[in-house]
Amino acid sequence: MSKKLLLEKAHIEGIRHFDVYRREGGYAAVEKALKMEPGGIVEEVKKSGLRGRGGAGFPSGMKWSFLAKPEGVPRYLVCNADESEPGTFKDRYLMEFLPHLLIEGLIVSSFALGSNRTYIYIRGEYAWIVGILEQAIAEAKQQGFLGKNILGSGFDCEIYVQRGAGAYICGEETALIESLEGKRGNPRIKPPFPAIKGLWDCPTVVNNVETLAAVVPIMNMGGEEYAKIGIGRSTGTKLISACGNINKPGVYEIDMTISVEEFIYSDEYCGGIPNGKKLKACIPGGSSVPILPANLLLKTAKGETRYMNYESLADGGFATGSMMGSGGFIVLDEDQCIVKNTLTLARFYRHESCGQCSPCREGTGWMEKILHKIDAGKGEMSDIDLLWDIQRKIEGNTICPLGDAAAWPVAAAIRHFRDEFEWHINNPELCLTKNYGLAHYADEIHVPA
Amino acid sequence: MIKFSEDKLKEVQAMIDRYPEGKQKSALIPLLHLAQDEFGGWLSPETMDYVASLLHIEPIEVYEVATFYSMYNLKPVGKHVFEVCHTGPCMLRGSDDIISYIRQKLDINVGETTADGMFTLKTVECLGACGYAPMMQLGMHYKEHLTPEKVDAIINACRNN
Repeated sequence: MSKKLLLEKAHIEGIRHFDVYRREGGYAAVEKALKMEPGGIVEEVKKSGLRGRGGAGFPSGMKWSFLAKPEGVPRYLVCNADESEPGTFKDRYLMEFLPHLLIEGLIVSSFALGSNRTYIYIRGEYAWIVGILEQAIAEAKQQGFLGKNILGSGFDCEIYVQRGAGAYICGEETALIESLEGKRGNPRIKPPFPAIKGLWDCPTVVNNVETLAAVVPIMNMGGEEYAKIGIGRSTGTKLISACGNINKPGVYEIDMTISVEEFIYSDEYCGGIPNGKKLKACIPGGSSVPILPANLLLKTAKGETRYMNYESLADGGFATGSMMGSGGFIVLDEDQCIVKNTLTLARFYRHESCGQCSPCREGTGWMEKILHKIDAGKGEMSDIDLLWDIQRKIEGNTICPLGDAAAWPVAAAIRHFRDEFEWHINNPELCLTKNYGLAHYADEIHVPA
Repeated sequence: MIKFSEDKLKEVQAMIDRYPEGKQKSALIPLLHLAQDEFGGWLSPETMDYVASLLHIEPIEVYEVATFYSMYNLKPVGKHVFEVCHTGPCMLRGSDDIISYIRQKLDINVGETTADGMFTLKTVECLGACGYAPMMQLGMHYKEHLTPEKVDAIINACRNN
C-alpha cells in the first residue's frame, strides 16, 4: 500500500470544513512556517526534491529561488488550477474534497515567496468548485489564517479565486497570466520569465495545485524526510488520474515505486481491464505524452520492469519510452482504434491552439484533416509520411509547448502503430466497420491471469 | 437598454476589488460570465459594450476576449445547453454513442437548438472528467457516467423544470 501524504484524509466526513480539517491536524504547517524565515521554507522545498506536478516536472524549490525580489515591487503567487490536459482530473479531486489542503499550502507558499495577494486560476468549467474554494478561504480567514497579520506574525495575505472561460492554453503559465490580466490566453515569449516579469509585470511564481498542496506534508515532515519517499529524483507521492478501459477509473496517490503492471492490474488501483479484454496501449501522462504499445509499457526496451515514476516512464526516450507528464493515465484495450484515438487528440489540439504561431495554428488543422481522411477510409499511403513531416515541423517551432504537445501524440502513434495506419489505408471499406485489434502490440508480455 | 441590478453591481465591484488599483481589466473574464448568466445566456454586442463601460475599457478589448474563450456564447442558445465531451478518454468510453442518442432523442444536430428553444447540443473538448466518462456539462454542473437512461432522465428533468 502506497504511503498517502495528500489524500489520506479525503474520505473523512466534513473534511471540507475548517473545524474538521483543523481537528485532523490541519494548518499545523502554517503555524510552523510562520515561525521560520521565508528563505528557510524555500530551502526545505529544495531539499524535498519536489518536482512540478503540472506536467513539466521542473524542481519546485529551484523555480521558487529564481523569483526576483526588487524593493517596493509586489510579488505574486498564482495557483494553476486550469487542469485541462486530456486524461487529467487529479487537481479537481484535490480541490473538491480537500480544499483546505490547497489553501494551507497556498498560505505557506505565499509566506515563503512574499506574496500578499495570491490567485487561484481555475478552469471555467469547474464552476461548482469555485464556491467550495471560496468557502474554505472564508473559513480560514475567519479563523485568522488569512487576512491581516496572520496569527500575529505580521504577514498579510489574501487569496482570490479567478474563473477561466474555456481554454486549454491557459494552463501554460504565461497564457494563464495574460488571462488573469483580462486578455486572450496568448502565451508570452520567454525570457523574461514570470519569475522576473509576470502578473502585471511583477515577479510571479505559477505552480500547479498538487505542487502547492505537497508543500503541506513537506513542511510537516521536513524536506529531507519527504525526499526519502519514492525513488531517485522521483521523490514524494504523485496523484495519478486513471481513465479509459479499466475497471476502476479514479484518482490514486502513489509513491512512485510501484510498477506500471501493478498499477493497471492490482485491485488497489485500476483493477485490470473490463470484460477480460487485453491491454493494447496506454498514454501514461496526459494526452500529449507519447502513447506506448502494451509491450513497451510494462517493460522497457531493455526488458526491465517499467515503474510509475519520472525516470522509468521516460526510459528509452521518445523512441521507446514516454513521460510521467501530468499523471493522466489513459488505458486503451484491444478493441480501440489508434487512428480514431489519435484523431480525437489532434482535433483537441487544433481546437485549443491559440493561433499565434503559424506552425501550430496551421499544422494542427492539417493533422486533424489528414487523420480524419484516414479514419474515414479515404487515406493514401503518402499521408502517413505527410503527417510525420507536419508534426516534425511543429515541434520546437512555437512560442509555447502546445506545439510540442500537439506533435508528440501523432508522432508516437505513427512510430509505434504504423502498420495500423497502413491497414486503414489498404482496407478502406473494412476499416469503417472493424478495428485492427491487438495485433502484435502485446507480444511477449506477461499479463497476470 | 441592459443594466445589472444594484445587487449585481455590488458583485461587480467586489470582483474589481480583487485586483490592485488600475488593474480592473482583470475582472473581465468573471464579469463576462456574470453578464452571460444575467442577460439571456449569451453575449450580445450590446452586453459586451455594457461590460466595457463598467470596466472603463474599449469595446474591442471585450470582443477579443469573448471570441477567444469557448464558454462564451456569441449567439443565442437554448434554455438548457448539453455540452458533451468527445475527446480521447470520453471517446474510449462511448461518447460517440451518447452524442448519437441525444441527437436522435432531441431530433437536432450538433450545434443546433430545438425548435421550442429548450435544448442546444454542443460537443466540447476535454472537461477534466475522464474517469467518469462519458459525460457532459449542463450549466454549472457535470453529468457523468452517462447512459441512454440517464440522458432520458436529464431531458425529463429539464422539461419539468
